[in-house]
Amino acid sequence: MDLKVNDYTTDDGLTVITVEGEIDVYTAPKLREKLIDLVNKGKFHLLVDMEKVEFLDSTGLGVLVGGLKRVRAHDGSLELVCTQERILKIFRITGLTKVFGIHDSIADAEEKRKGAK
Amino acid sequence: MATVELSFSALPVHVRTARLIVTAVARRSGIDQDLLDEVRLAVGEACSRAVAAHRRHCPDEPVRLELIDTDHRFEVIVSDSVPGDDTAGPGGSAAPAGLPEAGAARGLETAEDLETALDDGSMDLGLAVIEGLAEDVEITTTPKGVQIRMSWPSAPAATS
Repeated sequence: MDLKVNDYTTDDGLTVITVEGEIDVYTAPKLREKLIDLVNKGKFHLLVDMEKVEFLDSTGLGVLVGGLKRVRAHDGSLELVCTQERILKIFRITGLTKVFGIHDSIADAEEKRKGAK
Repeated sequence: MATVELSFSALPVHVRTARLIVTAVARRSGIDQDLLDEVRLAVGEACSRAVAAHRRHCPDEPVRLELIDTDHRFEVIVSDSVPGDDTAGPGGSAAPAGLPEAGAARGLETAEDLETALDDGSMDLGLAVIEGLAEDVEITTTPKGVQIRMSWPSAPAATS
């Protein structure tokens, strides 16, 4: 299955990237290009919605880490929405749960973002 | 004992092909449904690593995969044709001596730490995932290449 990547920006300035399909060595470049493109357009607060991701491997993890590094260079943020246990397990195995903010829903992420302001 | 052998061109798209075949054979071998995702991911990581190594050093050589179904174990062997010293990429060290453990990743607190570890080759996310998922992992480096052997328990009454 191909990877579908779409984005929209909320009134609050949060850019939500919805990802659907399998993120692996073949498709990860598409997500990487999207993250780079958004940063180049000045979008530094990103939320990647992974609820429709069916598969994620270390290449995908590397792309997310690379994206996080890019937005942090602009005092930005890259957080995730994910409740799927099989995806969360990969973040736990690699220790990345300490690196990424992981939320249960987009609304949850928005609420915490407002609370932090 | 039943064995399926597969060799595929070192193309990223065929890592997916390999995952599909592994999943089908693992299911047939009686692997528990809960373990299928882990088998699929670990084997995909091993194949991704082999493909990346081949594309750097010998893009025309195929990656080899063996799936061995015994009475109680489902074993997968992924073999590349790149001598061990080169597989970890620039600055990396040879497996198994340089094999980062899954625990190594847990010690990294920030994205910067992680990026540094990834950049200097002291950490390999793919190997960390394999180590975390496969019940039994053995990495062998020979002059001919690197072999990653993984296995999981399967049902004793696997069909022939």
